[in-house]
Amino acid sequence: MTDFPSPDFLAPPTRRQLLTMIGKVGGTAALYQAMTVLGHAAESQFNGPPKLSGARPGASVLVLGSGLAGMLAAYELTKAGYKVQILEFQGRTGGRNYSVRGGDTIAELGSTQTVGFAPGNYLNPGPWRIPYHHRTVLHYCKELGVELEHFAQLNHNAFVHHKDAYGGKPQRYRDLYVDYKGHVAELLAKSLNAGALDTAVTADDKAKLLEAMKDWGVLDKSMAYTKGVKVGEQRGWDRPPGGGVNGAPIPGDVGSLSDTLSTKVWQQIGFYTEHVMQTTMFQPKGGMDHIGKAFAAKVGSLVRLNTHVTKIAQDDKGVTASWTDTKTGATGETRADWLVCTIPATVLGQLDIQVSDKKKAAIRALPYGNSVKIGLEMKRRFWETDYAIYGGHSFTDQDISLISYPTGNWFGDGPAVILGAYPFGIGAYKLAGMTPEKRIAAALDQGSVFHPAEYKAEFRSGATVAWSRMPWILGCCATWTEESREAHYQDLVSMEGRIVLAGEHCSYYGCWQEGALLSSLDAISRLHQRASAA
Amino acid sequence: MVRKHKVGLVALSGISLLAAATLADPGFAQDRPGPSGSNAEVADSGKQIFEEICQACHMPDAKGGGEAGARVPALAGNRNLANKDYPIIILLKGRGGMPWFTDILTKPQIAAVITYVRGHFNDYKDPVTVADIDRIGSTNPPVPDCNCGH
Repeated sequence: MTDFPSPDFLAPPTRRQLLTMIGKVGGTAALYQAMTVLGHAAESQFNGPPKLSGARPGASVLVLGSGLAGMLAAYELTKAGYKVQILEFQGRTGGRNYSVRGGDTIAELGSTQTVGFAPGNYLNPGPWRIPYHHRTVLHYCKELGVELEHFAQLNHNAFVHHKDAYGGKPQRYRDLYVDYKGHVAELLAKSLNAGALDTAVTADDKAKLLEAMKDWGVLDKSMAYTKGVKVGEQRGWDRPPGGGVNGAPIPGDVGSLSDTLSTKVWQQIGFYTEHVMQTTMFQPKGGMDHIGKAFAAKVGSLVRLNTHVTKIAQDDKGVTASWTDTKTGATGETRADWLVCTIPATVLGQLDIQVSDKKKAAIRALPYGNSVKIGLEMKRRFWETDYAIYGGHSFTDQDISLISYPTGNWFGDGPAVILGAYPFGIGAYKLAGMTPEKRIAAALDQGSVFHPAEYKAEFRSGATVAWSRMPWILGCCATWTEESREAHYQDLVSMEGRIVLAGEHCSYYGCWQEGALLSSLDAISRLHQRASAA
Repeated sequence: MVRKHKVGLVALSGISLLAAATLADPGFAQDRPGPSGSNAEVADSGKQIFEEICQACHMPDAKGGGEAGARVPALAGNRNLANKDYPIIILLKGRGGMPWFTDILTKPQIAAVITYVRGHFNDYKDPVTVADIDRIGSTNPPVPDCNCGH
């Protein structure tokens, strides 16, 4: 207790002092345990960077793939004293941590685009938002000096569009949300007052529920959801409050129950209620690839680019990766004591890798979902100036699924990039099958439903990535089912001999960078344990 | 290696296959657009289904793409398609990076697109029927071993 942090040992320790003390005495695991008990940190499996000191002198690790999982492995293993090399298929590092800007080339199977965005503008074709509880990503952003800014997620003033609702006219999410709870509250109040729930709720709870429904649904004196000033205070106005003679606000009509239900707005409400979709959300300022670049600043010198691995072998003494240089055609082999393989399963399943049949089966049991993103650069921020929409998403039941308004540089002059499409599933296949030009045209057609006067008139340039056509991954991210998890997950993540796999596909946080990083930390911790015992 | 895909077979026995799709909503807590795109529909003719779904990966000429070791297989001139059970099994169960399509295609659509691919990009003119798909669904054969380099 000599380093008890409080100079006044008679005073009870503050929570921070207590945690510091526990951390010093019991180590990170004890600290995490204590934090959990005290109500912190229970939302992430991250409990600090690994303490991997004391690699055997000369011990080496080969990392395949320089996405976030691979570069984090290299970063931490290097710190632990391992000699690390990374082989990368692409001519760039970062993997799916990727941003495209003016002048960049997007090479898909079958097409090449040159991005025409104005300076400062970008599209994040892959990951684009970081939930507040993805503590691993946030930790390394802080450690590596990546500047984060707010990512606007929920925007009440953005739209919801269903072609079979409101005659196909998009509605503000705010209006639908208020109408939805108003109608539900009215119906529940009616049921309660009719005695329909008397066997299910006590008289005391019934009284409280009626009060709750009146408040929550903004019901009138007769417990109905109707047009009025109180509803206007949530739903907005036909004439908003002002000053002077005409200062009094005029509320608008509320939507009918049938119209409200036809928008299926409960789906959006549910979406924003999910843990990974809740606010607060973050993004790296200026593009998601600043995370990859920050890792590359640490381990980029260890990377051999344009190196297509063709075979992975192991024996008692080490691992060997055979490769072809995709620029020169030269072939070579790289040897090391241990191997961390982050190659996506779509490609790894096609390689000759010396692991058990069980692990091969696991690799080949992982289909990848498809997704498409389309960035539409507009000449001006009409969604801000003309619609008062600052960030957030407008949803549609068309193939594009949504459009998302940029966070950052709000109120700025000059061109800005809207995310004009982000579908999975059918919409993504349909768009991915088009040429980039047709994809962009389709996104302009469909997105016009939200901003008909401006969308095509203000369009300046577009860029798109269809993940199924990116030659280095051939898909977006791994698709697990409960059945495939049960049959294959442990076989996929197990360390076999000198080889361990890592990446989002080796996690329960699929399609998130958090999953890639947590998987990598787990993989290298086990690798270090085995290397230390060897 | 026999791989069980209960998902595909359960979905096949259902009445509507155009339901909330595993692939539109593919997994635990993953990033995704949200609950939209729900009216995205696939056409019924084999040619249109190929254009709306298959060519996203296999390309408009059905010749696939990529390079050895990182390749989307060609469907054109593909001798594996001589046996019509082969593509049926793969559409019902997926293989390698390719998912099963029982979540987004109906049985008639699966039959139509296989008939089109076998007949148009190859010379196998015998049609695939819903009865063929039901036969595969009930006998549940293993997924053929991955031979992606052809």
